[in-house]
Amino acid sequence: MSTLHTVNKSPFTHGTLASCLSICAQNDGILLLEDGVFGAMATAPCADKLTELIESGVKVYALSNDIKARGLQEKLLNNILLTDYTGFVQLSIDHRCVQSWY
Amino acid sequence: MIFSLAVYSAPHSSQASDTAYRFAEALLAEGHSLYRVFFYQDGVHNSSNLLTIAQDEADIPSRWQHLSNTHQVDLVVCIAAALKRGILNQEEADRYEKPAHNLRQGFALSGLGQLVDAALASDRLITFGS
Amino acid sequence: MRKKILFISRHAPYGSSIAKEALDAVLTMAAYEQDLSLLFMDDGVFQLLQNQQSHEIAQKNFAAMLPILPLYEVENIFVHLESLQARGITENELLLDSVQVLDSHAVSVLLAQQDQLLSF
Repeated sequence: MSTLHTVNKSPFTHGTLASCLSICAQNDGILLLEDGVFGAMATAPCADKLTELIESGVKVYALSNDIKARGLQEKLLNNILLTDYTGFVQLSIDHRCVQSWY
Repeated sequence: MIFSLAVYSAPHSSQASDTAYRFAEALLAEGHSLYRVFFYQDGVHNSSNLLTIAQDEADIPSRWQHLSNTHQVDLVVCIAAALKRGILNQEEADRYEKPAHNLRQGFALSGLGQLVDAALASDRLITFGS
Repeated sequence: MRKKILFISRHAPYGSSIAKEALDAVLTMAAYEQDLSLLFMDDGVFQLLQNQQSHEIAQKNFAAMLPILPLYEVENIFVHLESLQARGITENELLLDSVQVLDSHAVSVLLAQQDQLLSF
């Protein structure tokens, strides 16, 4: 069964996203939210690893409300999927468990 | 699907309790059920009726209360975490001889067993950490 | 029906209350006879260090509290290998003899087996 990982910390100051990526399985999903959305930037410290995971099939989402709130719309890595709170609910249903990285 | 939420962050200090509230609203709008919201750690501050919010800011505690009124959502505050952070109902204020109590209507103080029960009774338990 | 439940404890002791309140939740859950596991990861591995003298800062000692876990029949206790390595901690420095060391891959397998995750 797969896990949805939520990350709410900026990778510019925290190791939270890196830890999440280190144990994320191929059929897992990742949702970046709150300050976690800074991890969706093309210039983020984990961008290479994130790209690698996306290419291997991991779906990486960012909460669009948090992206827009912070003005990051034009600064995102390719292939980051945007979602909203209803999408977040659906992602938590599509995966068996949710691990919250904070 | 039956959800429960665990909220560990204080309102107005970090964004997580607002995210939790929006998640709760979205799941109810989709027709799912919300068995319980359990407030633990600094999340207990969501239940204070003394929070005084500026008019142009989101009043998260009263939103939770509204959710409880309109959807009969069980809002449970961990009693051990609450007492040490100064959140008391009348019964606890009397027991510990404190001059006031401040638990908001719609919230209940109870033990950590209610978090365990939520994990066992729900299809999904989602944590909102600070 | 028993559920498979994993607590993930990722924060250091003392500096914040998260680790202590996570442990309180684990001990409560232990009374409910579920298939319970506990994983220490990231700074959470610092909870397992010996020689903690927490009376110096007037806090309850994790080195005294954690050994009671097996008495509560919390027997599946895991620690993340790469978190230990990144902090220069070896397995023989850890408090609990019964703790099992898992690498990142084994941790992702462990997560995938659960019915419920409690994230701390």
